[in-house]
Amino acid sequence: MSDLKMVEAPAGVEGQGFFATSLDSVIGLARANSIWPLPFATSCCGIEFMATMASNYDLARFGSERLSFSPRQADLLMVMGTIAKKMAPVLKHVYEQMAEPRWVISVGACASSGGIFDTYSVLQGIDRVIPVDVYVPGCPPRPEQIIDGIMKIQELVKNESLRRRNQPEYKALLASYGIE
Amino acid sequence: MALTKEITLSRLQDKFGDAILSHDEPYGLLTIEVPADRNLDVIGFLKNESDLAFGYLTDLCAVHMPDQKGREIAVVYHLHSLTNNVRIRIKCWLPESNTEIASATGLYAGANWMERETYDFFGVRFLGHPNLKRILNVDHMEIFPMLKQYPLEDSSREDKDDRFFGR
Repeated sequence: MSDLKMVEAPAGVEGQGFFATSLDSVIGLARANSIWPLPFATSCCGIEFMATMASNYDLARFGSERLSFSPRQADLLMVMGTIAKKMAPVLKHVYEQMAEPRWVISVGACASSGGIFDTYSVLQGIDRVIPVDVYVPGCPPRPEQIIDGIMKIQELVKNESLRRRNQPEYKALLASYGIE
Repeated sequence: MALTKEITLSRLQDKFGDAILSHDEPYGLLTIEVPADRNLDVIGFLKNESDLAFGYLTDLCAVHMPDQKGREIAVVYHLHSLTNNVRIRIKCWLPESNTEIASATGLYAGANWMERETYDFFGVRFLGHPNLKRILNVDHMEIFPMLKQYPLEDSSREDKDDRFFGR
């Protein structure tokens, strides 16, 4: 008998030879356990992310071993590190190239708020240019914290409506950032 | 006989006389001050004289001293004679109202980016520079951030609000 742990099935109606549930929760389950992250690592938080991906912490356990270095095939934009104001248009461009559904995690103090770099040349938090789903505090955060952030993203992905991109709130949010 | 700081200084004083406004040796580095309109004469002399041969422009930057009225901004050149292993620092003071100085790009190709950086941060306009625009900061920045009248901090910062820290 294998001791492999399986993901629990979503709530639904079960009978002999059939199982019925909503399409949203099935797709959410599939998406949440196969998130393709795009690492946007500019400084020390990126080093912590490397540890997160490596064997000790092993993000593959959460279905995220496949990094996508093209935004077009990525689900999750992971911004790790200080973003200079000159870098801000590049970051926004990367976000715009991602296909829906897309999520953003802001790792570390610099990406979340500018951190110690309260200065004219540094973007004071990436939420000035793109919407952020989960913030991970720390300077830099430990891999456990990054994994916790990914698990928060997984919860979002599981419980999100398939029609998220059609919601007026979502459209208004993107419009507030000037993103088509 | 090997070139020394003393010989360099006496050669400069023989050639330029009163145009060497002052000289000093802070931390052992020969430092002279020349009028801003003579900068290329002096630098060209140091570079092209065969016994001096200051062929390497180590650094080019600026200093802002807002309290010195009429001479607020200094453009500073660091030259190195690689064959003689002698260094010299040249300062040219400019008034804040007219920060224009001749570009050294004709003498040293390496001055190109250093002058752009100095323009970017201090607003010093180098006359004759082939491409004087910002190099490190975002293009739409409206200030020259290293001038002391501009704050270092970003004014849009929100999380330093004292209410969040119980102060």
